[in-house]
Amino acid sequence: MQIPLFPEQASSISVEVDRLLYFLVAVSVFFTLLIFLAIFYFAVRYRRRSESELPSAVHTGLTLEILWTVIPFGITMIMFAWGASIFFTESRPPDDAMQIYVVGKQRMWKLQHMEGNREINELHIPVGRSVKLTMTSEDVIHSFFVPAFRTKQDVVPGRYTTTWFKATKPGKYHLFCAEYCGTNHSAMIGWVYAMEPQDYQQWLSGTPKGTLTEAGAQLFTDLACVNCHHTDGSGRCPSLVNVYGSTVRLAGGGTVKADEAYIRESILNPATKVVEGYQPLMPTFQGQVTEEQVVDLIEYVKSLAQKPAEQPNQTRGQAQGAGSPAARK
Amino acid sequence: MSTAVLTEREHYLNNGYSLKSWLLTKDHKRIAVLYFITISVFFLIGGIFASLIRAELATPAGDLVSSETYNKLFTMHGVIMVFFFLIPSVPATMGNFFLPMMIGARDLAFPRINLLSWYLLIVGGAFAIFAMVAGGVDTGWTFYTPYSTTYSNTYVIATALGIFVAGFSSILTGLNFIVTVHRMRAPGMTWFRMPLFVWSNYATGVIQVLGTPVIAVTLVLVFCERVFHIGIFDPQLGGDPVLFQHLFWFYSHPAVYIMVLPGMGVISELVSTFARKPVFGYPFVAFASVGIAVIGFLVWGHHLFVSGQSVYAGLVFSFLSYFVAIPSAIKVFNWTATLYKGSISYATPMLYAFGFIGLFTIGGLTGLFVAALGMDVHVTDTYFVIAHFHYVMVGGTVMAYMGGLHYWWPKMTGRMYPEGWAKLSALFVFTGFNLTFFPQFILGYLGMPRRYHAYPAEFQVLHVASSLGATVLALGYVMPAIYLAWSLKYGPVAGANPWGASGLEWQTPSPPPTHNFEEIPVVTQEAYDYSRVREEIEVG
Amino acid sequence: MASEAHAHGQAETLALREQFDTADQQKDASTLGMWIFLITEVMFFGGMFAAYTIYRATYPTVFAIASTSLNVTVGAINTCVLLLSSFTMVMAVRAGQLGQRRLIVIFLILTLLFGFTFLGVKAYEWTEKYEEHHMPGQAAFHLEGTPLQGPAKLFFSLYFAMTGLHALHMVVGVGILTWLILETRKGQYSAEYFTPIDISGLYWHFVDIIWIFLFPLLYLIDRHLPK
Repeated sequence: MQIPLFPEQASSISVEVDRLLYFLVAVSVFFTLLIFLAIFYFAVRYRRRSESELPSAVHTGLTLEILWTVIPFGITMIMFAWGASIFFTESRPPDDAMQIYVVGKQRMWKLQHMEGNREINELHIPVGRSVKLTMTSEDVIHSFFVPAFRTKQDVVPGRYTTTWFKATKPGKYHLFCAEYCGTNHSAMIGWVYAMEPQDYQQWLSGTPKGTLTEAGAQLFTDLACVNCHHTDGSGRCPSLVNVYGSTVRLAGGGTVKADEAYIRESILNPATKVVEGYQPLMPTFQGQVTEEQVVDLIEYVKSLAQKPAEQPNQTRGQAQGAGSPAARK
Repeated sequence: MSTAVLTEREHYLNNGYSLKSWLLTKDHKRIAVLYFITISVFFLIGGIFASLIRAELATPAGDLVSSETYNKLFTMHGVIMVFFFLIPSVPATMGNFFLPMMIGARDLAFPRINLLSWYLLIVGGAFAIFAMVAGGVDTGWTFYTPYSTTYSNTYVIATALGIFVAGFSSILTGLNFIVTVHRMRAPGMTWFRMPLFVWSNYATGVIQVLGTPVIAVTLVLVFCERVFHIGIFDPQLGGDPVLFQHLFWFYSHPAVYIMVLPGMGVISELVSTFARKPVFGYPFVAFASVGIAVIGFLVWGHHLFVSGQSVYAGLVFSFLSYFVAIPSAIKVFNWTATLYKGSISYATPMLYAFGFIGLFTIGGLTGLFVAALGMDVHVTDTYFVIAHFHYVMVGGTVMAYMGGLHYWWPKMTGRMYPEGWAKLSALFVFTGFNLTFFPQFILGYLGMPRRYHAYPAEFQVLHVASSLGATVLALGYVMPAIYLAWSLKYGPVAGANPWGASGLEWQTPSPPPTHNFEEIPVVTQEAYDYSRVREEIEVG
Repeated sequence: MASEAHAHGQAETLALREQFDTADQQKDASTLGMWIFLITEVMFFGGMFAAYTIYRATYPTVFAIASTSLNVTVGAINTCVLLLSSFTMVMAVRAGQLGQRRLIVIFLILTLLFGFTFLGVKAYEWTEKYEEHHMPGQAAFHLEGTPLQGPAKLFFSLYFAMTGLHALHMVVGVGILTWLILETRKGQYSAEYFTPIDISGLYWHFVDIIWIFLFPLLYLIDRHLPK
């Protein structure tokens, strides 16, 4: 059996993390050798030769003290800056990243592609394209960890966390849950399949399903959201057209950026942040929708804001089309 | 100097043999012995859990114990070792015994409170052991919410209560040390004449007093959450599970320094005694202890780099974490420099000191890895962190504890241990330790997550190496238990100052009389002044 | 205890324990010990204050609504009771300094009575909360005027945790006062030795000060906000 001593480098960031590792190892080896050799040399050179031996005291050297305070401090600042710059890259997904939603649940990873493909404990992604994960948990804290990508992010109930990576090498890589989540924590594992883009397209189309946006539109009707959220803003609740990405003014002052977290909160705890000029009429949907359904709804709301100027008819048509059956009810 | 035979002179061990004379004692030395026995038992229990963990991990499949049992094993290993062994280890035994003697006091300032601390540890330990016997606890020693508050159906409350009570033991010990150092120093014992062991225990006291109440209140909140579902850590009610992590690490990171600072103090004593030289850069080493205690409170967020806290919080905590690395580096450099032109003895305590400096260096340097944001994202929650932590805690604190134990054994018991066996066991500990934990650095970087009951087959070889090392390490810990017990009866009688050490504790007979000194010494010399020792050597 | 010390053949008094050289040294040590203990208490309550601050910042309106549901009058009365008890405690310490045992007992009993009054009023307030279904853990928990029952529960959780912890300290204080009264009557204290009264006074004032922070934080701070 082959014994790996170094993890595979399969993402753009893994190269950078490994470079930092080499630096840290080099510094560590240098100082470890320095201390070990000094101790070894002193221990031999100045070994006690007679029981009554009494060396004369050596006085403290201020220069030495300053030297071995300042030099290590300088080196650690390089480590800090280097580590921080990688972390900055890791925490800022590129704008063109493709979105994948992740829901962690005790002993299970549920992953959803925008095209509607849903996977459990397996994630298929294309090579050479940035992938942004938006993640939440249904129960305890989990952590999404792909060693070959050098990426890890806790998945926390009640909020969204994000991470991203760009696979560079096709292959099959471990997916681990890294935050202890109870019995069979070590069974909450899976595989990430990084594929050539054309293989990925083929895989995507292999299982025909409605997209997340379509599922969301359906839910929007089924849950009767459409009864109040009219597209033209005439309803008792604000129109959701062009809401995503905008800055919303709130009742009682203050504003909020309408991102995924805000939309999620507005579905599950609508009274927390009420839009200016509206009453807190909306009931909570906590317990009525799963985290996956919340994701569908978010994608639907996001679709209402995509390129509205270029395709206004289509957007409205979609919304009305989705809304009409409910209106008839 | 009195050279009376052991049996003739009254000392702290022979002035009463009844159970009551031990259980109601106010003598800091007897209380230290009580602590020593107690934490040895806890070390044994925690060690057995560790052995079972390593046995399970010898094969990739989870075949020896079930997943539930495995989770309980590592949780209880962590809880017992951290809260009932490492935190009391050096301060409650050697600190209790020697801190008053080193500053020339008859006892700690509050002997009754000192005894109360021991009873609190016993009561806390009783709760923890009850939890273990009743069915165990499986939350990990970190008790992360919402798993610990809502999902785990094991004995979380009993364990939390045990830690809560033991926490007050720790607080009262710290309080006692601080007041003793401030108010009980012998005439002429100025702050900068105190041995560095006293400095480091003083700094530890500060952390115990400031940090421990926060874990106490956090555990109270966990208790309320479990019993009354108050929602503080429950996202369903608008609470924030990550808040728990902030509160927990606000204590538990400084707690790491509670565990290692006293060990550093021991090393300062050992290096000086066995090189017969004052510690190089004494004021720098002293202030490094205080610096670690203060900065240690500002870095807790480095445990939360991937928890979803803001990027900027991560930056600040990473930055501050490097500040706390510097005082540790200063200590290592100064210890090494102390050896220069010394008269270096290879007695067992010194071998442990060498081991400490080497292993703590590796532990400290790998701390720089996990403090680097981009690196931590990859290695956090993996075996890399396990290895780093054990290099500091076992390679550091336990090595120092063993070194200190051998160093002060003749003073505590009046007997010498067998040197040959002691050297052999020190070798076993050093070799076994490295074999156990070094492979875990590689495992961690490969991506082996911590707290995994079963693991992919490609990690097996490194795990087997680690388990083999653990066997050697266990052997290294069992041997001292046997030969130290043997030495109590058969060991050669030790004189007042068998090592030619300089501290005040060596100026009184071994074992010391109940009130430590026949006459309170007047201090006229700096710490680690060996000129007096020269007289002893020449006269003796 | 004293007899045990004599058994060792050394004369030990309450004012001068065997580990100390002088009575002053012992008094200094005891006082410093109490101050350090109070620092740990600050950190102990600090954890709760931190949790309170974070959630108040997250849910300002709910906390405002919940805060106004508390009974300010009763809270204010209790504040006055505690302040008075601190005054009588100071008088007890003063009587200790002068060595007037009868006055010590009188003022300690007054302090004790104020302590009981505070606890009684607190118990009344908690009963009120229970009847209003404002106690988290009650199945029927409901706070009027907000749809956010989760955060409302958080407020009351913190309210009960903080006032409960404070009340627990009051109970401990009451126990200490009772013990002091008994000891004083036995004639243990004099102008030369009244350290237990002195440092218990520190503790009592500390518990008082915690309330001085709790009262505005829980009862008053959101009064100006619109309901």
